[in-house]
Amino acid sequence: MDTQTTTETFSLAQELKPKRPYLTPFNVITAPVILLGVVLIVMRFALGLGSVTNLSQDFPWGLWIGFDVLVGIAFAGGSYVISFMYYILGKKVYHPIVRVTVLNGFLSYSFYAGALVLDLGRPWNAFNFLIGNEFGVASVMFMVAWHFFLYTLLLLVEFVPAIAEWIGARRLWRAVNWVNLVAVVLGITIALGHQSGVGGLFLLAKAKIHPLWYSPLIPLLFLVSSMFAGLCMVIFEGSITSRAFRARLSDEMGSTHDTIVISLAKVCTGIMAVYLVLKIFDLLRGNTWSLLSTPFGAWYLLEVIGFVVIPGALFFSGARKQSLSVIKTAAVMAMIGIFINRFNFVFIAYNWTEPVRYYPSWMEIVVTLTVIFTELWVYRWAINRMPVISERPRWARAHEHDRDNDNRSQAV
Amino acid sequence: MNRRTFLKTMGIGSGILLGARPRIIHASGPLPDSATVLVDTTRCIGCRLCEEACAQANSLPEPDLSDLTVFDRKRSTSETAFTVVNRYMAGDAEIHVKTQCMHCSDAACVSSCLVNALKKEKEGPISWHTNCMGCRYCMVACPFEMPKFEYHSAAPRIRKCTFCYATRLVNGQKPACVEACPMEALSFGTRSEMLQEAKGRIANAPGTYVNHIYGEHEVGGTSWLYLSAVPFDQIGFRTDLGTTPYPVLTKGYLKTVHGIDLIVPPVLFGLAYLSRRKRDND
Repeated sequence: MDTQTTTETFSLAQELKPKRPYLTPFNVITAPVILLGVVLIVMRFALGLGSVTNLSQDFPWGLWIGFDVLVGIAFAGGSYVISFMYYILGKKVYHPIVRVTVLNGFLSYSFYAGALVLDLGRPWNAFNFLIGNEFGVASVMFMVAWHFFLYTLLLLVEFVPAIAEWIGARRLWRAVNWVNLVAVVLGITIALGHQSGVGGLFLLAKAKIHPLWYSPLIPLLFLVSSMFAGLCMVIFEGSITSRAFRARLSDEMGSTHDTIVISLAKVCTGIMAVYLVLKIFDLLRGNTWSLLSTPFGAWYLLEVIGFVVIPGALFFSGARKQSLSVIKTAAVMAMIGIFINRFNFVFIAYNWTEPVRYYPSWMEIVVTLTVIFTELWVYRWAINRMPVISERPRWARAHEHDRDNDNRSQAV
Repeated sequence: MNRRTFLKTMGIGSGILLGARPRIIHASGPLPDSATVLVDTTRCIGCRLCEEACAQANSLPEPDLSDLTVFDRKRSTSETAFTVVNRYMAGDAEIHVKTQCMHCSDAACVSSCLVNALKKEKEGPISWHTNCMGCRYCMVACPFEMPKFEYHSAAPRIRKCTFCYATRLVNGQKPACVEACPMEALSFGTRSEMLQEAKGRIANAPGTYVNHIYGEHEVGGTSWLYLSAVPFDQIGFRTDLGTTPYPVLTKGYLKTVHGIDLIVPPVLFGLAYLSRRKRDND
């Protein structure tokens, strides 16, 4: 049962080596894409963004901001929602997935917010907002950038216990465990700021975003949609991870997977209902319902009915019937809805009167796939080594048990 | 969690969050003595000498003034042309309109920049600085779509009309385009002088002008003002931008985030405490 007793004999050289054969279907597909992507990234830095992307003066943001940053960050929203339900509300049912969600969040932020650097024209200045050259305090981008940075650090703090268990660093484990709740609380707070903030960026694009999407409520809509987007990703990623890494699954993880998915479906139903109410309220508030009969109106209805109402209803019925396949379908549909919604803000409903439209180039798509695949390689590497979905070392479990008892006596 | 840890946590938490807390700059409205150009579109003949002077003053590729096909379609400014003149037909009349950065009094681009690379100089012009990260948020924010980006450079800059600030204005000279205009379609002075001049022209020839100075109130006021014989939407201007300065659009939201950063941590600690106590009692 306890597969991690070998942590005492941790060897970095050993851990860096691949644990499985090189020629897996996943490797065969992803490795060439990553290699091509690296070439394109070199080209992009040598010759400028125009050599690789279809960006223009009218469409300064495209697939990289739309997917890597906006969609990626929304999908990483699971880390703050699960942390909230587990640590703050004390929903113990989520215990098995807290760690894998935090790992996912950390990698998403590192890679997707990190991919922002590829999109920066002057990446050597990327840290100016941190070092005070200069602080653009009136900018939503400034707030988002700081929140991204701090949140990534906080997720790392939340994940350090897993690293400590992997390398057998008990002192580090104890030190970090002490600050864990602090990291969780600050992390959730900061997540509220930047999940809404990536929407808040578009408050300034009032003259450009189609009135069906432009609204003073954009930050709130982005925040609420990040909650269900994140949970859908947890469901989606969980069903893949539990299949791909079946051998690594702890007993607890394996036996509770279905229960967790069903309770997540219930939570998603609730959040999507709130989101829908906000969308309807927004339509009435902006008095934009008359635009629904235009082509953009049809596109808007497809987004809201096809990819919010229907998946919301599927979550509801999936949770009632306890049907995992219905729930997974709902999760995938809701995730497609997030793609559509975020892309609308960046280039579909953005500058909607402009006759010449933006489409991502094949090179932008390859670089995006490179970012995703590289993240998956790192994810696989971590899952195969650290106690994320697998059984944790006995000492850590025993210590956590003691700590809980301590807290209990202090709290009462 | 006990009380000591709780208080300590709160201290650290609010310290971090307050440290990163932006200070909101308050709009003071257009300054009456900021540098301003008045464009009288009824005087402009479309000679494009302003384009040529601009290219020379900013070391940009010089336009071919004899090429009249440029008027066949509406042009935008670009990273190599900071000002362009477009021709509009209003009835039988040809109307020429020079466009460039409007140098807004309380500008979207300035408030959008996370490193203050776009700065409002005290004399009025908005200039770009090299600490720019190249995120292009200013391009998303600008309602006039004036910041342009060098997509084919490894060290790209944001390019737009500089108001000839560093090269001419600080030496007491007019912008190059104003000096080049043979028709006095461009006048340079302080904002209050130019507004007075514009109002005088409208009052003296009410049949010539529509009673509107574009830029007096649009997006909170701009440093380039326009007079026209026909309604502005007929000569390529957006008349749906409103009079609210753009930074106001994000101000309330940013304040809300500061509120969240202060109020949410204690609430979460409280909830965590309650849920733990509940679990212990069960």
